[in-house]
Amino acid sequence: MSVLVEVHDLVKTYGEGEAATRVLKGLEMVLQTGELTALLGPSGSGKSTLLTILGTLMQPTSGQHVMLGQDLTRARDAELTEFRNSHIGFVFQFHHLLPDFTALENVIFPTAIAQGRETARARRRGEDLLERVGLADRMDFRATQLSGGQKQRVAVARALMNQPELVLADEPTGNLDRESATQVMELIAEINQQEQTTFLISTHDEKIAAACRRQIKVVDGKTVSD
Amino acid sequence: MLYGLKIAWRYLTSNKAQTGLLIAGVAMGVFVFIFMSALIGGLASYLVQRTVGDIAHVTLEAPARDAGLLLPEGTEALVVLQKATGQRETLRTADAFLPSIEAMDGVKAVSPQIVGNGFVIRGQSRAPVGVTGLEADKVSAIADLGKRLVAGDTMLTNSTVIIGQTLASDLGIGVGQVIRLQSDRNVERPLVVTGIFSIGLDALDSRAAFVSIATARTLFALPQGLSRVEIKLDDLNQSEDFARRMAADTGLKATPWTQGNAQLLDGLRAQASSGNLIKAFALITIVIGVASALLLSTYRRRPEIGIMRAFGASRAFVVFVFVVQGALIGLLGGLIGAGLGYLALSPFPLPENAQPGGLPVDVRQGAYGLAITLTAIGAILASILPARAAARVDPVSVIGQ
Repeated sequence: MSVLVEVHDLVKTYGEGEAATRVLKGLEMVLQTGELTALLGPSGSGKSTLLTILGTLMQPTSGQHVMLGQDLTRARDAELTEFRNSHIGFVFQFHHLLPDFTALENVIFPTAIAQGRETARARRRGEDLLERVGLADRMDFRATQLSGGQKQRVAVARALMNQPELVLADEPTGNLDRESATQVMELIAEINQQEQTTFLISTHDEKIAAACRRQIKVVDGKTVSD
Repeated sequence: MLYGLKIAWRYLTSNKAQTGLLIAGVAMGVFVFIFMSALIGGLASYLVQRTVGDIAHVTLEAPARDAGLLLPEGTEALVVLQKATGQRETLRTADAFLPSIEAMDGVKAVSPQIVGNGFVIRGQSRAPVGVTGLEADKVSAIADLGKRLVAGDTMLTNSTVIIGQTLASDLGIGVGQVIRLQSDRNVERPLVVTGIFSIGLDALDSRAAFVSIATARTLFALPQGLSRVEIKLDDLNQSEDFARRMAADTGLKATPWTQGNAQLLDGLRAQASSGNLIKAFALITIVIGVASALLLSTYRRRPEIGIMRAFGASRAFVVFVFVVQGALIGLLGGLIGAGLGYLALSPFPLPENAQPGGLPVDVRQGAYGLAITLTAIGAILASILPARAAARVDPVSVIGQ
């Protein structure tokens, strides 16, 4: 295994002056390639902020964020956008599919953005991914026509479309019933096992955390156990 | 680019009723624009045609000859210049350049004339008239007397005259009767009234008499030369340029019709300005409508924009998607509005065929291309503000919602 992501002395402060709130307080963390890691911690501990910074959607106030050997701390917005498209996938609690698009169109979205059009190759990969998540018969269904569990599985397929090295999942099962949650977690574990894709899953659910091989606990803006 | 187009189109078609209403609003604005263009243009054509249709577009005359100074310049002496009035100003060499004028591009008709003043005498009645001597085959070259005849014909011979209806009525004469025409040179000729016209201009209907050019030479004692040459052009809007060219080429005094119709031109300009103002308001309405609809769409689609950004869509891509939506709305609305405008205006008679009191709308002056282009540009400009707002959506703020 090799180092995929490392953050050192990560600080994130929201607001300025007396209203300033420090959410991350010198956080340290290293993720190896192929890890399936749960990110635990109470609400307000800084988990979501950490995921947002790791996803290059936000810049830290100070500290260092390196992924694939590239220092992303001071990269420009356009560079981060391109990096994110190629190397990072997201699974959100509320799936956040594009409602006017079909399941297949949602899955191939990251590739179409990168290539400027929907290529036949991208469609084939999208179809493969949807088959893999058990939605071969729902490819042409609009996102609004899918159930909650199906939407989340489409979201997992979308996150994997560009074969990212890192998938960040923020409470991916938080909005699902137990059966759907189990299916989604089994899918994530299977992909992690077979493709060595690194997953970092933010969760409050002990069962989800137990299904991960590593657990990192964040309390008050710092990692307290690993 | 292709993918941005697809997303823009999908957004537009996802809410067909809203998009349909928006496009209908744009089409209505374009319709107003086209209707105003056709109405103002048609009205101008109608007015110009009614006012200028029976006069020359350019008139060539001999240049005024001023008396020369006998003393050299700089001489300290009081000198009075008096305009030369000893000779009548005539075009002596008109025969030389008439064929070349007739052959020029854009010249519709050329009418060499001898003009002067005189009296129509009938019994004890004397009516002052302007006498115009015309070539027999060019009676209708400038004022279409043939079309405006109310009695008789336009056959001008050495013993016939054509007069206006008001004059005929004042003198109580009709076709076939004889009048005496006395010129300001005191030459008097009996002439048979061969035709009576009604142009609708009092200056002509009550105070004009048309005779043959040979008769005019006799009446005004002008054995050679011409008083003036009247020219009609295919495009009367070219009269000023043409007059400038003629003056430079021939050294003659060339007067365009616009010089004597300043009030009409001012009126037309004021009318065009009012039309432009209404058209500008129509365009502003389109821009505001498109901008507000797209701003609403931006707000409604904030989460989706955030997701796009999270998955690697650049700010430029988001701007492109919304600008394309604006362009499509403008283009579709423009095309539909232009099509409706053309269909609605087509049944109206053209200004040249319009009846007095009718609506002189000119379907040819609808400015369709301009309306579509301006609408598309306006819609694109209107979409820039919403597009920039969309590009500024912070993915982090919407993903958590």
